[in-house]
Amino acid sequence: MKSGLDRKDDYEKRREHLANLNDEQLKQRFWDLTDKITEPLIDMAKKYTSPSIERSVLLRMGFNSLEASKIVEILYKKDLLGHGAGNVVYKLSKKENIDYKIAGKKIIEGYPAEQLF
Amino acid sequence: MSLDPNKKLNIEEILKNLENYRAKKRGWVWRKQKPVQVLGEHTFYDHSESLKKSVPLPAAKYFDNIDPQPKPVITTEIASGRFEDDIRRMRMAAWHGADHIMVIRTTGQSHIDGLIEGTPEGIGGVPITRKQIRATRKALDLIEEEVGRPINFHSYVSGVAGPEVAVVFAEEGISGAHQDPQYNVLYRNVNMYRSFVDAAEAKKIMADANIFQIDGAHNANATAKKAWKVRPELLVQHAINSLYSVKAGMKPDNIGLSTVPPTAPPAPKLWYDLPYAVALRDLFSDYKFRAQQNTRYVESDTDEAQITHAVDTLISALTSADIQSTITPDEGRNVPWHQNNIRAVDATKQVFNALDGIKQLVKLDMDGPLGKMVRELKERAVLFLEEILDVGGYFNAVEKGYFVDSGYYPERNGDGIIREQDAGVAVNTIIERKADYFAPVCSHFGINHIPDNLSKPCDAIDGCTLCNPMKIAYIDELDPVDNVNTRIKQLVEDEKLGIIRPEVEWHGDGLVTVEMVLPVFEEAAEIAGLTIAKQMTLKDPQIIHKRVLHPAEGTMLLIKGKVDHYVKLSDIKIPEKVEHLSDEIIENYVKEHELKVVGATLGEDEHSVGLQEILDIKHGGIEKWGFKCYYLGTSVPVEKLVDAAIEVGAKAILASTIITHGDVHKLNMKKLDQVCREKGIRDKVLLIAGGTQVTNDMAVAAGMDAGFGRGTHGIDVADFIVKKLIS
Repeated sequence: MKSGLDRKDDYEKRREHLANLNDEQLKQRFWDLTDKITEPLIDMAKKYTSPSIERSVLLRMGFNSLEASKIVEILYKKDLLGHGAGNVVYKLSKKENIDYKIAGKKIIEGYPAEQLF
Repeated sequence: MSLDPNKKLNIEEILKNLENYRAKKRGWVWRKQKPVQVLGEHTFYDHSESLKKSVPLPAAKYFDNIDPQPKPVITTEIASGRFEDDIRRMRMAAWHGADHIMVIRTTGQSHIDGLIEGTPEGIGGVPITRKQIRATRKALDLIEEEVGRPINFHSYVSGVAGPEVAVVFAEEGISGAHQDPQYNVLYRNVNMYRSFVDAAEAKKIMADANIFQIDGAHNANATAKKAWKVRPELLVQHAINSLYSVKAGMKPDNIGLSTVPPTAPPAPKLWYDLPYAVALRDLFSDYKFRAQQNTRYVESDTDEAQITHAVDTLISALTSADIQSTITPDEGRNVPWHQNNIRAVDATKQVFNALDGIKQLVKLDMDGPLGKMVRELKERAVLFLEEILDVGGYFNAVEKGYFVDSGYYPERNGDGIIREQDAGVAVNTIIERKADYFAPVCSHFGINHIPDNLSKPCDAIDGCTLCNPMKIAYIDELDPVDNVNTRIKQLVEDEKLGIIRPEVEWHGDGLVTVEMVLPVFEEAAEIAGLTIAKQMTLKDPQIIHKRVLHPAEGTMLLIKGKVDHYVKLSDIKIPEKVEHLSDEIIENYVKEHELKVVGATLGEDEHSVGLQEILDIKHGGIEKWGFKCYYLGTSVPVEKLVDAAIEVGAKAILASTIITHGDVHKLNMKKLDQVCREKGIRDKVLLIAGGTQVTNDMAVAAGMDAGFGRGTHGIDVADFIVKKLIS
């Protein structure tokens, strides 16, 4: 899809407020503006997770990619990813006193993980 | 296991025991800089440590065979779809000076929501999998030892599996990766929220693994119609990704701006590309620069591409580049071929060698038009950033189509790319972390409620794979047919039987090119050329490049096609290398026998350089060993040369023959033999012919005692004469 935005080059007019800035001040402004633009983006990233992030957590726990995919798919459907997929596996291993890798397999086999919360 | 320079890389060995292989090195490595170094008789100021083993530039033989390695890391992109063939090309590239090997992913991998495993064949790139990375890294570990310089292995952390790919990269010792959420949004239509959320996690993983990041801004000038018009936006895109990366935990030192000089001749390139390069380096002084050569205007003409790329490299030298990425000159017409990776690496090395110390010799004049243009670009970028905030931030600006518009900002042409916030691949897949959110692993970004009794998150599970690599889970193959073991059968068989087939991309692909000039207009030439190619038994001939020499007089064609031809190594007779006598033996014999030779260029031939190189002591000629040389000059009649030999009592006649029209060189040789016989001296004098088109077999057939061709040195001739006389 194309934007339809249409504007002639009005650089000379737009730049008036920048004309008196020296190079250092212009550079500072460039980075200050970038800081303001990126702040809400990084803030969102701190508060949210995603299936890929959760699979990457399970990979780091030593699950292979097939297991990680299945576990995340199951937990996504059960709306449990907000707790952290690794957390679900970890909680189950503690509750049942089993190795967490076995806990992951139990989830794949249909363990009702929602009961952990 | 180590590599023998005289033996081919053994792919079967590489594939053995991969499940237990761990990369020898992790993270990014820069070249060892040598601010001042003397190589041969030349001083270099902008070069790094030389390689243990390498292939120098062709002209190096005139310069003590030096192979100066430029300051920046040099990149080559290798991805033919089969990593087992790419590995061999990586070795070639490393020998020519590449130490950053970039592997392009197979088409569509960025839309796969998860990892690919095994070694399936790719299209336009390689499916990036753990096994493919591990096998390639294993080969690179051997290759870097062979050449004596670390090699950075690079791929892409983009698409909807970014964090997982980043984990695999960290675990498997990948040293560099592209990561830029804007790329996903604009060019891969990945939902923008998902893209930025995933990116922060991926960047954190990369940061901790010391993986050097390259951004994706260069794609804007690779796609824009008028690439120079997007320069203000490029500054904006670089800034957003760079600062976002810092906020995710990366050090500016590990963040590289992917910057491409946007234009190409016939445009006056420097007027656009130089101010852009300077503005970028001013604004991003804390960051690194990955200068890439232009792809936007590269089509089928490899010469045109190489020259544009040489000017791109000049811009790097005039400003700065921490990494110089090379683009193969054939990228505009096919997935790069072996030889073109090497051509690009060599050409780039050549330019940097030539421009050594340029900043000591030449200064950019910032008081002239350059300074004004730099300032204007920066201001246009600042205005762009202001407007992003005015419209409510980055996501809104993308939704309104501010990016990749062909207008020179603030001009807008209404053709920017629009992405909606609640659309795209993997829309509605980000999930808010709950109050008890916990990820029991390291290198995790954002909110993580680690239990109070743990000092680091992975203590909960006795270590994650980043702390304990033994925990990494390895999958070998998922597809029983589409895998490397099936593909290498032909290679293994050919190697066993010593079969040699031509190739440009994959083992034994049989691809060859034929260049021909047809003295007709373009359309006729195309049909005629393909017909002739078929007559030459080329299969599936295709014209890959053409150049009109004149609308009526002629057309040059480059045609590719396949052949089934092969030879067996055992059927080839390779001439044995001549072991030369020692200097001392030659000198003593020459002195004792007061050896004299006469030399001249025969017939109507004014070439003199070759023969003088063979005679002249200054050029390592035979005078060096004490031969008394009588040089008669050029265009000398055969009779005159023979008479001179008789007069001085020469033991050898050195006849140079360069011109070959109508086989005049052979005729002159025959005549020389004949005249010597007529004058009764044939058994008393050695007849030696030389010239660029001369071979020993041809000369002997024409009555000479020996013939010497291109690349002959004085020692070859001196050695021959003395050996012959001793026997």
